[in-house]
Amino acid sequence: MELSAGVGAVLNGEQAMSQREQWGTRAGFILAAVGSAIGLGNIWRFPYVTYENGGGAFIVPYLVALLTAGIPLLVLEYTIGHKYRGSAPLSFYRMSRPVSAIGWWQAAVCFVIAVYYPLIIAWALRYTGFSLSLGWGNDPDAFLFENFLNVAEEPGFVSSYVGGVFWPLVIVWVIVLGLLLLGVHNGIERANKVFIPLLVLMFGVLVVRAITLDGASLGLDALFAPDWSALGNGTVWVAAYGQVFFSLSVGFGVMVTYASYLRRRSDLTGSAVVAGFANSSFEILAGIGVFATIGFLAASSGVGIGEVATDGLGLAFVAFPTIISTLPTAPELFGVLFFGSLVLAGLTSLISLVQMIVAAIEDRFNMARTPAVLLVGGGAAAVSLLLLPTREGLYILDSADHFINAYGIVAVALALVIAVAWVLRRLEPLRAHANETSAVPLGRWWLFMLGVVTPVMLGWILLDSLRTELAENYEGYPTVFLLVTGGGVVVGALVIGILAALPRWPEDRAAEEPVAWSRAGRG
Amino acid sequence: MSGEAVIMMIVAIIVVWGGLVAGVVALHRHPDEPEDAD
Repeated sequence: MELSAGVGAVLNGEQAMSQREQWGTRAGFILAAVGSAIGLGNIWRFPYVTYENGGGAFIVPYLVALLTAGIPLLVLEYTIGHKYRGSAPLSFYRMSRPVSAIGWWQAAVCFVIAVYYPLIIAWALRYTGFSLSLGWGNDPDAFLFENFLNVAEEPGFVSSYVGGVFWPLVIVWVIVLGLLLLGVHNGIERANKVFIPLLVLMFGVLVVRAITLDGASLGLDALFAPDWSALGNGTVWVAAYGQVFFSLSVGFGVMVTYASYLRRRSDLTGSAVVAGFANSSFEILAGIGVFATIGFLAASSGVGIGEVATDGLGLAFVAFPTIISTLPTAPELFGVLFFGSLVLAGLTSLISLVQMIVAAIEDRFNMARTPAVLLVGGGAAAVSLLLLPTREGLYILDSADHFINAYGIVAVALALVIAVAWVLRRLEPLRAHANETSAVPLGRWWLFMLGVVTPVMLGWILLDSLRTELAENYEGYPTVFLLVTGGGVVVGALVIGILAALPRWPEDRAAEEPVAWSRAGRG
Repeated sequence: MSGEAVIMMIVAIIVVWGGLVAGVVALHRHPDEPEDAD
């Protein structure tokens, strides 16, 4: 029964391919792009990176990075997706056949992230529930690692499953796959039109509460007091480019995919500016909310900010529960707002990651949406549910996340800009394409930013990570474990990318100028 | 908060949120052609 339904759907795909899905409105596309960009990193990474790298002075390299690499890269991905009207592998195939390997490499990177990323959303979902009763008790640290995750003593591979994590993870996957089955317009666009305003509203309320807490000014002072000497430090600039790059979801094909559903007359440059600044606006909001809250903790426990400031899982699942439990009024509401925000921010990013791979499979095999979602999403969900809700899940997540970010995403983005700018020399025609439909024309500065500044900074970020990596094992994990969950995953993604690019595509789908975009179809 | 921190917070808010508002206004002034209407 499943087979026959699948075949029928694949046949219907012939019709689906002739009319590519489209966003309903420009605002819908921008909200979806912003939803993809705003993720967990905005909330738990940006504030601490700013604090560690010069405080208020960090705003300078951060803005420089946004304007010289972040937004130019966004424009590049939007333009590629719009011009070639395809998923990343198809768009690159249309640009030049061998370069489609970069698209498949990106799809493999997205798959890896889509496997572990939902685990954190599942935790946040559970913690939203725990907030109602402050269920983490007096020792959130012990609660997280022992009671909730039951983390194994040593990093390793699956020993036993943790039901309290497994079921929320199932819920996350059901939501994501359900929305993807509804399609680009009815699923992704409508979800983002609700989730993003809701996220801003919820986090906005949280920020208002946070800045009225005792000690909030202490935290904000630590975040914004500028250390101007930091501007002379190279690592601060690498941190700024790294933050902008990781935060914007650029470089791994998600934005190419989303832009492929745009209508012909779409303001690409204007949309990129809005999406880029919207993402940064939320980061500033998150910085204020997080550090005002940390200031309260420091003041109430009589310690310095330096002793309580942190990032990542420790910030979200240890520091925040600790703080929430000591809030004088309505701690439950604060908890629901914080963890609910994490869930929404994570979901909108996860949707874009899975959609990137779904689109690649749809295009390559001329498959309709339903079987593509079930195949790709079902596959990612199966691997995710098999490996992550386990006593070792935290270690696997940590290692895979570290390596795929530091080497997978950065390397594939570097390969992308070098291929487009230097090997194929396509920046000039892409600039012309963006300028055809955008109100504000891109100047020649865009070529310099993508041809020189972006690859140099990406290369620097890559070398910087490699230097630290070679000095010692990440988190002191065993070498074999790191080679499999880190190095193996990174190399595996590259190999899969190259292998997937070897077979030829059917000629009708590989034509460089998509049918609907031809001159005859214009006007 | 120190004076410098307050100034940097305000500068960050004005530049980043101002950039967003300016971007939205600019985009709004140039609506896509009718085919893009809902």
